[in-house]
Amino acid sequence: MSVPLADYTRNPQYGTTRDGFGKGLVEAAEKHPNLIGLCADLTESTRMEWFADKYPERFVEMGVAEENMVGVAAGLALGGKKAVAASYAVFSPGNSLGPLRSSVCYSNLDVKIIGGHSGMSAGPDGATHQALEDLAVMRTLPNMTVVVPCDQEEARKAMLALADQVGPGYLRTGKHSVLTITTPETPFLIGRAETFQEGKDIAIIAVGVMVAPALDAAAMLEQKGISAKVINMHTIKPLDLTAIADAAQTGAIVTAEEHQVAGGLGSAVAEAVVRLPRPIPIGMVGVNDSFGESGETNDLMRKHGLNAINILDKALEVLQRK
Amino acid sequence: MIQPAQNGQSLSERARTIRESVITMLLQAGSGHSAGSLGMTDVFAALYFEILKHDPNNPSWEERDFVLLSNGHICPVWYASLAEAGYFDKTELATLRRLGSRLQGHPHLGSLPGVENTSGPLAQGLSQAAGLALGLKMDNKPNRVFCLMSDGEQQEGQVWEAYLFAAAKQLDNLIVMIDRNYIQIDGYTEFVMPLDSLKDKLEAFEWHVIEIDGNNFDEIIGAVAAADAITTQPTAIICNTTPGAGVGFMEGKYQWHGKPPSKEEAKQAIDELRSLDNKIWWEEK
Repeated sequence: MSVPLADYTRNPQYGTTRDGFGKGLVEAAEKHPNLIGLCADLTESTRMEWFADKYPERFVEMGVAEENMVGVAAGLALGGKKAVAASYAVFSPGNSLGPLRSSVCYSNLDVKIIGGHSGMSAGPDGATHQALEDLAVMRTLPNMTVVVPCDQEEARKAMLALADQVGPGYLRTGKHSVLTITTPETPFLIGRAETFQEGKDIAIIAVGVMVAPALDAAAMLEQKGISAKVINMHTIKPLDLTAIADAAQTGAIVTAEEHQVAGGLGSAVAEAVVRLPRPIPIGMVGVNDSFGESGETNDLMRKHGLNAINILDKALEVLQRK
Repeated sequence: MIQPAQNGQSLSERARTIRESVITMLLQAGSGHSAGSLGMTDVFAALYFEILKHDPNNPSWEERDFVLLSNGHICPVWYASLAEAGYFDKTELATLRRLGSRLQGHPHLGSLPGVENTSGPLAQGLSQAAGLALGLKMDNKPNRVFCLMSDGEQQEGQVWEAYLFAAAKQLDNLIVMIDRNYIQIDGYTEFVMPLDSLKDKLEAFEWHVIEIDGNNFDEIIGAVAAADAITTQPTAIICNTTPGAGVGFMEGKYQWHGKPPSKEEAKQAIDELRSLDNKIWWEEK
């Protein structure tokens, strides 16, 4: 069964996942008095600022030092704190992988990493600031939970849900405004994918900002008489294997992510599908072994094949192999 | 809590026993780091048998002082000191680096009572210690945080990020003890990457710095007492140590940084330690 969603076709609303994180963090801080926020000189742009303004005594400015930030977060967690450390994903986990792996994950400490400005959302800043590899890195770390929200509301819920867990977590956020698909009533449970649209001919498994284009692609497929199931795989780790097995019942899968196809959602789904009794063809939409560049996010998404039309094309291609 | 005056053994006796354990562990493991473990034995003995507020029977005691080891490769001396203090049975020391052992080749939080942090990749312990110290200060708790480091480790950039941070946050509950033994894997530190004057560098980072003979109990204990009196600044105690201290043929040789003794060498080392007849080893030099 598909879940209740926003009336986004008739009344489209937009927002950023970083704003959702900012709201969710303030709510989580109310609930968890031991929650400490850390940021590496990007307090406003990650939206850590909203927490810092409300709880200045619980906010730690780290300066431009992501390795130390993650290490300090681990140390705070050693003393019983719930540490939330924010930066851009290219810097953390980009620069902070060492302490993240050994100080946080191996010790299984209560540290959440917020990777902001992910994917193409850093736009004009260029390729140096566009994280397209973070999911591949994060999903290989034992003890780590990896969540990629699809819109502002889901980002809020994801931050709350991650804060309710004790242990390492990663929340990927973006700067770019995206269609709000979910509502406060849309269920969100870490590790459980949600079916946003039922379908029987093919399944589109999407993550993050690619969920909205996936729904568009499904609408286009419907006009061609093809019934597509759309799954929001907001949790990359632990992966919802049941949802993938269900998706495989359609006989064809397309994955969609704002990330390198190597190592991200597509890889994770493929790893699950080849273990099924009867593997099925998969097509992957994502960035293909290249860096981004400066440009407006929408233009970059078009140039790098991250639009609904690309999901549609990939679906038609995969259906040929079914 | 251990009361050193009540247990009948002097610090030098404790240190000699710990050194014997270290030699035996490294021999049995067949790999591991000899020089730094022996060089820092007196610091560990002073900490666990004189300086620390701790309870081996209650490792998670809320009022304890914390010890974090940043240069995880000298964990044989940490494990031997913890066992000597009663955190776990000394027979378990023989399992160092074996499959299924709680004594991992580099320390792992949660594997062994008394091990307060994971370390191995250098520099990471200092950031963790700073975070822990900050959290304690936020809660107005009096616990002290000791972070033990090596000198080669100072080449890591994360260390200097952490020095800046700890000074900025005025973490006066943080005491860093740096093993200044002038050796690392590739050779003498001043040939690999010159570090002197470490004292000047740390003072420029707004730390309170004390320089001592790290193989002298009085100086170790005195330095920590002096550090306790410092407010608004973290303290770094530069412990000038002899790598391989107590075992003549290892002393001062960088080649012993990362290797264990052979059976013959171990026997020679233990004979030498025992020949001191419970006297303080450096007084015999």
